[in-house]
Amino acid sequence: MNNLLDNIPAIPVGPWVESVMDWLTSNFSMFFNLIQKNGKLLMNQVTDLLVSIPPIILILLIVIFAFFVTGKKFGLATFSLIGLLFIYNQGLWTHLMETTTLVLFSSIISIILGIPLGILMSKSTVAENVIKPILDFMQTMPGFVYLIPAVAFFGIGIVPGVFASVIFALPPTVRMTNLGIRQVPKELVEAADSYGSTSKQKLFKVEIPLAKSTIMAGINQTVMLSLSMVVTASMIGAPGLGREVLTALQRTQVGNGFVAGLGLVIFAIVIDRLTQSFNKKKAV
Amino acid sequence: MEKIKVEHVSKVFGKHIPQALELVKQQKSKTDILKETGATVGVYDASFTVNEGEIFVIMGLSGSGKSTLIRLLNRLIEPTSGNIYIDGENISKMGKESLRKVRRNKMSMVFQNFGLFPHRTLLQNTEYGLEIRGISKEERQAKAEQALDNAGLLAYKDQYPSQLSGGMQQRVGLARALANDPEILLMDEAFSALDPLIRKEMQDELLDLQSTLKKTILFITHDLNEALRIGDRIAIMKDGSIIQIGTGEEILTNPANDYVKTFVEDVDRSKVLTAENAMVRPVSVNVDVDGPTVALKRMREETVSLLMAVDKNRHLKGYITADDARAAAKRQEQTVHSIVQSDMLTVPPDMLLQDILGLIHNSPTPIAVVKDERLLGVLIRGVVIEALSTSDEEAIANE
Repeated sequence: MNNLLDNIPAIPVGPWVESVMDWLTSNFSMFFNLIQKNGKLLMNQVTDLLVSIPPIILILLIVIFAFFVTGKKFGLATFSLIGLLFIYNQGLWTHLMETTTLVLFSSIISIILGIPLGILMSKSTVAENVIKPILDFMQTMPGFVYLIPAVAFFGIGIVPGVFASVIFALPPTVRMTNLGIRQVPKELVEAADSYGSTSKQKLFKVEIPLAKSTIMAGINQTVMLSLSMVVTASMIGAPGLGREVLTALQRTQVGNGFVAGLGLVIFAIVIDRLTQSFNKKKAV
Repeated sequence: MEKIKVEHVSKVFGKHIPQALELVKQQKSKTDILKETGATVGVYDASFTVNEGEIFVIMGLSGSGKSTLIRLLNRLIEPTSGNIYIDGENISKMGKESLRKVRRNKMSMVFQNFGLFPHRTLLQNTEYGLEIRGISKEERQAKAEQALDNAGLLAYKDQYPSQLSGGMQQRVGLARALANDPEILLMDEAFSALDPLIRKEMQDELLDLQSTLKKTILFITHDLNEALRIGDRIAIMKDGSIIQIGTGEEILTNPANDYVKTFVEDVDRSKVLTAENAMVRPVSVNVDVDGPTVALKRMREETVSLLMAVDKNRHLKGYITADDARAAAKRQEQTVHSIVQSDMLTVPPDMLLQDILGLIHNSPTPIAVVKDERLLGVLIRGVVIEALSTSDEEAIANE
């Protein structure tokens, strides 16, 4: 029996994938280079801009924003103040700004791609059946794997980091947009139809407003996931707090690793609570 | 004049549709068809016409296909076969664009659970139909405000639907439909989610509206009493087929088959309603302690001109009138003993309302419901007549 199985030659899946990658990199290198170059330029500018704002002013702005967005409560505002001052105190401010740029770009790109994909999925069962397994694939594949094509396409640095983060962080927005729109009560969809709405009117006047809080929950997840890719992406040269963690790991500096990790946790909590309360405030 | 004409319309859900239609022709039951083909018959071979300005009621229990049928008219559900004409235009063969035009201009729908958009204020809900037609903001708001004003809800225009009671929400649902000024109103169990009293009020309002607006109304209900109250003509549905169409009178006097007959028998509630079902809480004075001033005060509070007189054991002694109490109060009497009149008609709680109707007609005072000398309640003419004419919601719900 074993012989029989051994007689089947190994299917060259790996080589196939490699040749596809080769073909992509050689034929689209112009395109990838363009993105790499301009993306890097743009993101560096954003980071420079963030760094150029005096930290104390930025911290105060975030604190005030947190205070109002949470409905004039002091909890998150106080936490943000202490947490961000701590990060500054530990000399991680520039790294935090780099991480912010990374998360900002990968989240925005994920949202721009994810919401239309989710709408497409909710409107077409065929699209749903095609996209769903792809999303499952994207979410179960370990995040490290995305680093390989990212490096192949874009080399190292922040751009491949964003690329890998987008692949990793995209699914929740797509899924939740689809779910939110499909969950709009049937009677309301019928009401919109019975008055003669076009599909566009129905989508923008009824479905998206009603799905908004679900979509926002998806976006919150996407932001969190792209934040969780920060450390992984630092392996291919993405700058930020993640790189500090990675460096500490490589040099077995427990203290430094802990501090950088703590900085990430603080940042994650602030962003998570901010996006969540934004959702609560907006939901009618 | 004929407004809507439905010709041999069928709707089958699922697969193997031709086979299922074939089986329906062989008069197989819904369950047999489902077993053999996996298809569900929603509506089978429905034909009827609705005249302009008429309230046409489609009545049937849940699962009879009535909600499917009404959705075939504006093609929220696509018919499997058959033709539907509105003003001579074949709706079932229309393209998307013309269908949208018909939906926008000719008919509006009112939903069982109101179908109001929770993220829009009442005004924004009411103007929805006008908004998607591209009517300017001032014009559509003026029209929507007018519609809300007619429904008596203008003061609430900036509130959200969740802040309103069910009855108010459905008034908005109706206002939204009317703001569009449609020729046809499709009402899908529009009042079924409301409690009985509000429901009756809404029925009255609809009839009031209809007397001035003269819309063509297609009304779906599971309640024959509601159908009889508001319908000019009624169609009764069972298992997707229409089994009888006629005026209320025709259906009551000449039911097409046993199925209709059981409904009709159910409707004659006076046969089973007793005094107990229709009596209201009595407003009374205790002759052992209360004086004429207390009696007058209570009359003012409860806005009645007549009080039941009982003793401390709630045994009925008679009644006192406002005039007598006023006179006694002037005479500064301390008790009401002298003014209690005992010539009061009393009935036992299990007496049939039908029999009471004759008595109450000639009685100058309300009738007291008494058991073992104790006063249980009073019967007022209006309430008795209402009890006889409205449905017993619970009985229907239990079926």
